Amino acid sequence: MAIATAKNEQVARWEGNIEELRGLVSERAFTGETMLLNMGPHHPSTHGVLRVLLELDGEQIVSCLPDVGYLHTGIEKNMEHKTYEKCVTLTDRMDYLAPMSNNMAFCLAVEKLVDLDVPERAQIIRVIGLELTRINSHLVWLGTHALDLGAMSVFLYCFREREYILEMFEILSGQRMMTSYIRPGGVWRDIPPEFMPKLQQFLEYFPPRIDDYEKLLTNNPLWIDRTQGIGIIEPETALAWGVSGPSLRGSGINWDLRKAMPYSGYEQYDFDVPVGEHGDVYDRFLVRIREMRESVKILRQAAARLPAKGPFRSNNRKFVPPPRSELGQSMEAVIHHFKLWTEGFSAPDQEVFVAIESPRGEVSVYLHGTGGNRPRRVHYKTPSFMHIGALPVMTQGHLIADLVAIIGSIDIVLGDCDR
Amino acid sequence: MTGIPQALDPAAAVRAALPEAVQDVIEFRGETTLVIARPHIVAACRFLRDTRGLVYNYLSDISAVDYLEPYGGWGDRPERFALAYHLLSMLYFRRLRLKVYVPEDDPVVDTVTPVWPGANWLEREIADMMGIRFAGHPDPRRLMMPEDWNGHPHRRDYPLGYETIMFSFNVDEIMKHKPFAKE
Repeated sequence: MAIATAKNEQVARWEGNIEELRGLVSERAFTGETMLLNMGPHHPSTHGVLRVLLELDGEQIVSCLPDVGYLHTGIEKNMEHKTYEKCVTLTDRMDYLAPMSNNMAFCLAVEKLVDLDVPERAQIIRVIGLELTRINSHLVWLGTHALDLGAMSVFLYCFREREYILEMFEILSGQRMMTSYIRPGGVWRDIPPEFMPKLQQFLEYFPPRIDDYEKLLTNNPLWIDRTQGIGIIEPETALAWGVSGPSLRGSGINWDLRKAMPYSGYEQYDFDVPVGEHGDVYDRFLVRIREMRESVKILRQAAARLPAKGPFRSNNRKFVPPPRSELGQSMEAVIHHFKLWTEGFSAPDQEVFVAIESPRGEVSVYLHGTGGNRPRRVHYKTPSFMHIGALPVMTQGHLIADLVAIIGSIDIVLGDCDR
Repeated sequence: MTGIPQALDPAAAVRAALPEAVQDVIEFRGETTLVIARPHIVAACRFLRDTRGLVYNYLSDISAVDYLEPYGGWGDRPERFALAYHLLSMLYFRRLRLKVYVPEDDPVVDTVTPVWPGANWLEREIADMMGIRFAGHPDPRRLMMPEDWNGHPHRRDYPLGYETIMFSFNVDEIMKHKPFAKE
């Protein structure tokens, strides 16, 4: 690029960029017939720092080029320099609205790599955490999505209920957001006694609140006008572009990893998979609302099934630290404790792949060991990443105001996308 | 089940259809990995997607690994880099991994975007972070890093930040990557 002086700086930068876009935007952009417009990175409706380069014909979107990377923090690279136990803390920071799903995906991968067992009770505790996370994430999605489309009050109600869940996370793990509660081999600690009453209270309190949201939105003519027939993804397109989770189910494909390829004992719970018909913004909204009700159902069953006593993490001392009570009595326990918290455990030089259903869709972890105590490669495929990649297909021919609705409906978190 | 054709063994099916494509079949913890020769990856992907009894219709993930060891070389691996394609068959509820080894001096692989358009960003990320180019990719710009960035951060010889402890054996390597002001 030519060295820019104060006088020609703008011109030089502009010419550098436009040639790069040849083939990506239509030829009309080069003659000035259509307008290239940056939306973001600080537009409030882009949910974080997403920049979308729009080619506009009047108010209509001709092409749309999302630009990500503003929240890239090198988490995958960082993991290669940490022991497996320490990596768990980093996974929270990717998708900061669904920390436990990310913990879970990584822990399942580690457990598969080293062939570690997880006791039944730990699996039920994990399911409780995961479903609370799902409700938590959907509440933030609903609030911000409605806020983008001008319904302010829904946002306030959703965050009121979310506060309830964050308090429960604090009881459970000592942290409101970055829980790091799920660890390889089980969970960090047993459920505190005050947690279950709080959960029962929440299960009583929450379903009527979902009815409230539905009263505010589902049959609201303004809401329907803004969302129906907007951002339609055909089922074939959704599969080809790697769309997953509620966005895929909104297009009418009944695919939920909790049902299709169950993990953590999900096959023992009785729940339905809500499926949309038209694949538009409205159907994705309905699917997520119904999913919250299904999560409540799963939580009820999990709370009923949870044994009062039992192990909350594996007894395999080569991978899971011993309880503190043993440290004063057993030399073996001290050795294991010391080894696990300094050196960590070793995993074979092999690769595993694990995918789970996070609130946003399929989160998958590709984990490659080195034979030592650190991974060679951790790769997270995150649903936000795939959904933003598919954004150009969804927005073609829509108005610029609909872009806001579409971005809201695919439920993206930029920390999740950029990692 | 009626109406659904009998599921085929992916390794045997690919071997029969593309005899030169499959170099190795690895089983680990219940996961099947087919090591595919580099020129055949697009054909193998298309075959696995379109064949009755296989129907790997969904591309879950593409990841890249760098096998560089701390003191050089890549152990007993045939090449320095490898790509891992994770396919999912929604009809038969099973997954498959295709692995392609990519040499260090010629890191180019054919793009699978004609088979799955969703591979677009996954490949862009790998090209950006691992420096493996994809021939025929529709949008080869950098994805995560700034467009004027030097190097590929996920390579194993790319330092994590600039805080590596300097010793006489690695001082040159570290100084090479330091962001000194340029003339």
